[in-house]
Amino acid sequence: MNNLKVLVNGIIKENPTFVLLLGMCPTLGTTSSAINGMSMGLATMCVLILSNFIIASIKKLIPDAVRIPSYIVVIASLVTVLQMLIKAYAPDIDKSLGLFIPLIVVNCIILGRAESFAAKNGPVASVFDGIGIGLGFTLGLTCLGAVRELLGTGAIFGVTLWGENYGMLMFVLAPGAFLALGYLIVLFNRITKKA
Amino acid sequence: MDYVLNLILIIIVAIFVNNVVLAQFLGICPFLGVSKKVDTASGMGMAVTAVLVVATIVTYLIQVYVLNAFGLEYLQTIAFILVIAALVQMIEIILKKTMPALYQALGVFLPLITTNCCILGVAILVIQKEYDLLEGVIYALATGIGFLLAMVLFAGLREQLDLIDVPKSFRGVPIALVTAGLLAMAFMGFSGVDGGLKILFGLQ
Amino acid sequence: MKKLKSSLTNMLAVLTVIAIVAAGVLASVNAVTAPQIEKINAENLSAGIKVVMGSNDIQVSEPWEVDAFIAYDVNDKEGNLLGKAVVTTENGFGGPLKVLVGFNTEGDILGYTVLEHAETPGLGAKAGEWFQDKIKGMNPGKNNFTVSKDGGEVDAITASTITSRAFLRAIQNAYDKIIAGQDATSGATQQASASDMGTPDVIE
Repeated sequence: MNNLKVLVNGIIKENPTFVLLLGMCPTLGTTSSAINGMSMGLATMCVLILSNFIIASIKKLIPDAVRIPSYIVVIASLVTVLQMLIKAYAPDIDKSLGLFIPLIVVNCIILGRAESFAAKNGPVASVFDGIGIGLGFTLGLTCLGAVRELLGTGAIFGVTLWGENYGMLMFVLAPGAFLALGYLIVLFNRITKKA
Repeated sequence: MDYVLNLILIIIVAIFVNNVVLAQFLGICPFLGVSKKVDTASGMGMAVTAVLVVATIVTYLIQVYVLNAFGLEYLQTIAFILVIAALVQMIEIILKKTMPALYQALGVFLPLITTNCCILGVAILVIQKEYDLLEGVIYALATGIGFLLAMVLFAGLREQLDLIDVPKSFRGVPIALVTAGLLAMAFMGFSGVDGGLKILFGLQ
Repeated sequence: MKKLKSSLTNMLAVLTVIAIVAAGVLASVNAVTAPQIEKINAENLSAGIKVVMGSNDIQVSEPWEVDAFIAYDVNDKEGNLLGKAVVTTENGFGGPLKVLVGFNTEGDILGYTVLEHAETPGLGAKAGEWFQDKIKGMNPGKNNFTVSKDGGEVDAITASTITSRAFLRAIQNAYDKIIAGQDATSGATQQASASDMGTPDVIE
């Protein structure tokens, strides 16, 4: 596989949100607005790219039996570094994402890609895989956030279109997350698979 | 007395008002993944409840006696996830040796629980909410029961869904998500109940 | 290069190295970010106090605490007392609602800002702007500081009565404890002595 293919694969064919259905907790929990969804997607992408790179680079040095704990330590360290940086330099993002930043550790996408891609491929390809999957995840979260924000508050990326008096607030609340994602997956399936 | 009422309030809030799955979006993966049959769903729910309680006790002690004591709060995430991973392994081994019947019922779910974010989430929340150990344990137990309740209700609905002719593009996960949305809507009916109970209990 | 074998020494060595590297990286990043985080928090607080006191030329005292309330005496540059800024917390709809509110020496509200909240987006979350014009100049000691639904003088946020009540109660409590409480310390002793003297009259 060439690197471009790896990239596109992550965005469309193996889109983590709409196809693989991985990382559902942050997908539903942080997408009350487009900006929140995008921040979460980008934060996850940073961790994913770095963890893919590091794991692909050091995989030969890690005995098989302690593979998973080693990966977890690498991922958890990256997440903690990210959490500290966000707290220090982007406190607003920390406020809106809250608990879901440390929970990036248990996002199955990251450990999943470490196991299924980074452990078998070189560092460069793994970085591209990280970018692809990360972009796919960011795209999914931003879409979902945008739809929920638009239907719920009549705005998109904070820009008011028809005002919140005409919004269905339910879409910003918990049930709307499930409903919006369900319908988006149907839409994605219709478009990509002509189902 | 107020302390006991406060515990009761924590239980009711964690099960109904702030349901871990339907309101806080923690533990969605098993909620969608192992909810096709009521018996597997309840097995998963019970396994998660057990791990939640044990993990909360251990992480609480680590936070208080190791991380806080040595000023290492920034190692929280890494310490908690390692403890949880190790704990799940240990529970699996102990169950296998001592209670084979229970292991038969819950064993398959245990490895999946490490990456269930509701365990790490609850461990961190207990610290964030500044609960004491008893409150933390009660909160973890109630959260587990809330998870179990959501799992069983959802699995019941999905068993019924199998009998229905669902439009092709909705089959599988999409219709499950829509169903979960309706269930979440039903649970929204509990919101605000905690405020009323607080007044009723005279805690305000 | 060949992959390392899973022998005990290898495993131990690798895990130790990884753990040490990870701890080292985290400790150094923490050393850089911790002061920055503290600085941001301090800046937020001083900016918040300026906003709620409605003035930029102020000196803020060291905080003092009464129960769960944190208060700051605020003077102007010449050292005249302008009033007090109080951090007050109340349970809102979705969780704790933390408000910083400024009072002048009379106890009139100069301004407020919401420091932390977990209210519903689009509903209770509007508390940050909603009350800005409505409660400035009001005095929780003189005005009926409740929502109009409860017979008070403040319009609640549309469809968010619980948040509105919690918000007003937070400010009322801050007033009772910090502003009225200050005068009341002397007042309370007077009352106490008065009732001591009054007791013989009400026997039987």
